[in-house]
Amino acid sequence: MSSERGGQSIDAPISSSADAVVAAFAAIPALLARDAALTARGRWLDVDCLLGPSTQPFHVTIRAGQIVDMARAPALMRSWRFAYRTTPAALAAYWQPRPPAGWHDLLALTKRGEATLEGEIHPFMTHLQYFKDLLALPRRNGFGGVS
Amino acid sequence: MTGGFIEPIVGRYVHVEIEGEINRIYFEENGSGIPLVCLHTAGSDARQWRHLLVDEEFTRNYRIIAFDMPWHGKSNPPDSRYGSEYRLTTATYTATIRAFCNALGLDRPVVMGCSIGGRIVLNLAIEHARDFRALIGLEAADFQQPWYDTAWLNRPDVHGGEVCAALVSGLIAPDGPETARNETLWGYKQGGPGIFKGDLYFYRVDGDLRGRTGGIDVNQCPLYLLTGEYDFSCTPEDTLRTAAGIPGAKATVMERLGHFPMSENPGQFRRYIAPVLQDIIDKQKL
Repeated sequence: MSSERGGQSIDAPISSSADAVVAAFAAIPALLARDAALTARGRWLDVDCLLGPSTQPFHVTIRAGQIVDMARAPALMRSWRFAYRTTPAALAAYWQPRPPAGWHDLLALTKRGEATLEGEIHPFMTHLQYFKDLLALPRRNGFGGVS
Repeated sequence: MTGGFIEPIVGRYVHVEIEGEINRIYFEENGSGIPLVCLHTAGSDARQWRHLLVDEEFTRNYRIIAFDMPWHGKSNPPDSRYGSEYRLTTATYTATIRAFCNALGLDRPVVMGCSIGGRIVLNLAIEHARDFRALIGLEAADFQQPWYDTAWLNRPDVHGGEVCAALVSGLIAPDGPETARNETLWGYKQGGPGIFKGDLYFYRVDGDLRGRTGGIDVNQCPLYLLTGEYDFSCTPEDTLRTAAGIPGAKATVMERLGHFPMSENPGQFRRYIAPVLQDIIDKQKL
């Protein structure tokens, strides 16, 4: 075999503090409120789910595509239908302007073991692109150097 | 910009007998020279190749042909199969490609396939190398680890087009042209019910080629494997592992490309496929 591999393989995500990742995640409801197209795509979606950094996930209440409540976990006796949690480092990489290969998609992160998808995932699958774009919003807000 | 431009691509139907039944297969072509047959990815159709089909340099030396597999695009299911579950197998896929090439009377064509098309190219190299001038596998490997349950692709309470497109959207490199990304995903939104899932039966279950590729003789038929760095389904490591077991196979990892190089970023793909197509031409002159 002869092989060519251009560029540099990136084996580690971008370094960032867990606090910065949590703060960026906490801004997602405000970012969604400014994104009419994404909100409209979720107009049939009502779900209570658990999302975010594995070190500090959030209970997210979505109604008609809008986040109407987001509270830091744990919250007493709060239930959720599904949970998508990632390592803070994986979110930091996912939010780069050009995420490194293998860190650029929610399911790429689950495949590599940097994220977990649990529970009753039907709402996640029926609105898969919505959740991919929702969790990518900090990328457009300047996390990783782009605003 | 004014309207009225007509592309040089010509689309026609050819009747092809596959496993005892006539299939009306839609194909598009342009150019003259060495026949180059292009195979689309699972769950999509031959529109993925439209940029290659109008490349003025390539079509000077190649008769580029892209066809919709039965059940895909403008190739309907075989008459007898409506109502039955579609499941692509290694044997049917191989028979379809060979029958199509024979129906058009192609003399030892080059075949280039992507994803499932890349996988079947490996099987062509194993079983029918003499029939082909060269083989090119994009996003090709003898096997790769599944990363989702295909049961989600075809069930009445999930929109098939939306979920298929959303699943594969992550396989596109993140900073390619937006229009090309949208067009690539549109193909998935248009697939028939259960067709992507049925293609993946070949990919996941029936078409495991581990342990079989070592016998490929690239002296009989050169083999090129090219995989995008952002493809986390068929990863560069999957391709490099496969190529490592095939003496003489040429493997390339393509930067800033994912699982759909020819459609998600045609300009970037061109940088990688041009030298391959030239290499094949050069070998004809020896």
